[in-house]
Amino acid sequence: MTDYRKSDWGQFPIRPGDRRRDVWMGRLISLTALGAIAAIVLIFVFIGREALPVITSPDVHQEVTVSQMVSKLEFRPGKPKMYIWQPVSETPKYSLAPLLLGSFKATLVAILFATPFALGAALYSSEFAPRRIRESIKPVIEMLAGIPSVVMGFFALIILASVLQNLTGWKFRLNATNAGIALGIAVIPIIYTIAEEALRAVPRSYREAAQSLGASSWATVRRVVLPAAAPGIFAGVTLGFGRAIGETMIVLMASGNAAIWSLPLTDSIRTMSVTIAAELGEVVNGSPHYHVLFFIGALLFVLTFFVNLLGEWYVGRLRRRLSGSAG
Amino acid sequence: MATSGLERKRSFVRRFSPRSWGDLSPLAVVSGFLTACVVAMLVLILWNIVRGGIGSLTWEFLTASPRDGMTKGGIFPAIFGTVFLVLLMTVAVIPVGVATAIYLRHYARPDSRLSRLLRVAVSNLAGVPSIVFGLFGLGFFVQFVGRGIDNLFNGGELAYGQPALIWASLTLAVLTLPVVIVATEEAMRAIPNEYIEASYALGATRWQTIRRVVIPNSMTGILTGGILAVSRGAGEVAPIMFTGAAYFLPHLPSKLNDQFMELGYHVYVLSTQSPDVEQTLPLLYSTVLVLLLLTFALNALAVVARMRFRARMAR
Repeated sequence: MTDYRKSDWGQFPIRPGDRRRDVWMGRLISLTALGAIAAIVLIFVFIGREALPVITSPDVHQEVTVSQMVSKLEFRPGKPKMYIWQPVSETPKYSLAPLLLGSFKATLVAILFATPFALGAALYSSEFAPRRIRESIKPVIEMLAGIPSVVMGFFALIILASVLQNLTGWKFRLNATNAGIALGIAVIPIIYTIAEEALRAVPRSYREAAQSLGASSWATVRRVVLPAAAPGIFAGVTLGFGRAIGETMIVLMASGNAAIWSLPLTDSIRTMSVTIAAELGEVVNGSPHYHVLFFIGALLFVLTFFVNLLGEWYVGRLRRRLSGSAG
Repeated sequence: MATSGLERKRSFVRRFSPRSWGDLSPLAVVSGFLTACVVAMLVLILWNIVRGGIGSLTWEFLTASPRDGMTKGGIFPAIFGTVFLVLLMTVAVIPVGVATAIYLRHYARPDSRLSRLLRVAVSNLAGVPSIVFGLFGLGFFVQFVGRGIDNLFNGGELAYGQPALIWASLTLAVLTLPVVIVATEEAMRAIPNEYIEASYALGATRWQTIRRVVIPNSMTGILTGGILAVSRGAGEVAPIMFTGAAYFLPHLPSKLNDQFMELGYHVYVLSTQSPDVEQTLPLLYSTVLVLLLLTFALNALAVVARMRFRARMAR
């Protein structure tokens, strides 16, 4: 507690200068608060500014157009056309398809891996766990969330990849599954936190009503708790997806970084985020390649923006549902 | 009170009888197993890193520079760079974050369009991928602001228009802004309304109330936000790759427009670009361990600060 006796509260009634200071500080604070809005606008504007030449500049179009970025390209004369990302070569090829597929594969594995564990843990701590265990799950999840992504990338690169290869004998040590699992571990805390909050927000009276009708714990969870908390669970998975698709360091280190169009989850991949991280360092400022990388960044920004909006919408729906009908 | 042998036996039986295990329905068992798996993942990661890194974690490792193409020596420049980086970041992010939280709590009407817009902006800022922050830092801070400064004050000579410590830390400040805003606002929400009403009742202006009542009483929350921001910022690599971090530098950074070495980036460099992975591996493990210990210590500090704050507010 602040000891107000030691402060200068004795100076009341307030002096004229205090009023003026109040007005100015109010303005300063309001102005600063716009900083957060300014930040998101500036991100949009400045990434857009560097990405726009891909659509408008004839200089860039000599090397690549938007339609080329989504179509199959001729690799060698006479060979069948393929989706190729090969920006550093005599005829640079900028097909985004392998990168989109790579992002999709890594994210798919991550969500498939993370969701059962995260939901299982959320269900356990909200429905079954004795109090003491429940309270010790939270720090575990917080520690998991606190692991920097470069450390997780290191873990996947050095340890997990070897373990997986020894278990399965896959041809490529670094592949979509390896990156996806590491990504999944990083995403578990997000899904867990939101899902657990949603499950715990379901009023106790719902459960008691179900149990008093003779429902087993399985039936209670399945028919009452899960449906009531469903939007929150969707929100968790959606926000986890948003995090996974933008995550860079884990995938950069653990995925093998091969921009190839292939469907198996045991092949190496390269995602959109990784492409930026791996290539921006060597690129000439203002070159077509540079602008294409910003274009990918803009895509990523817009994509995660909408995914997060969807997640927020689910959270809002959960809140409305539980506050509208709670007894 | 002395317990008889029988009673002791009873309590033993009670403790280990199935009833005290709680619900044993299949669902409880399956979800409990999944929870145990999550715990196991954490333990495995930590165990592997500690086991691999503890061996070469010596005083020399923490205080020496890398030698022989980063296969020997220590990581002092990376530690120094990280500390410098997050200090600058904190200086930038705390005032803006706290002012935003104050605005949301004490100036904006809760349902006004502006405050709703602000909340959407904050939550979306938190969801922007870190590599996009890297692009933003390069496009805005380095190319636009930095070049602008050079053109205006240096006659076009390159001083600030290139990746540098100041741009990396400002990029991280934008990235960690939501963390500070959320933590501060949470702390401000916990201040009893009576405090604020009492201040107004004495005739204090809004700014006086904020300065003398709101800020002192949410100090721990602001601190928590700052610590969490530092812990987040210290672990991020993607935003600083193009805005100032360097593979290797012979000198420590001394000016705001110097480049710098950083722990997370050092981990990335050692594990992907090392000429001799076998030889670097022990150092790599130890670097990871240092980074992990740093972020965990900061997080633990934040937890303690938050607990003390809650305990004080409950009184």
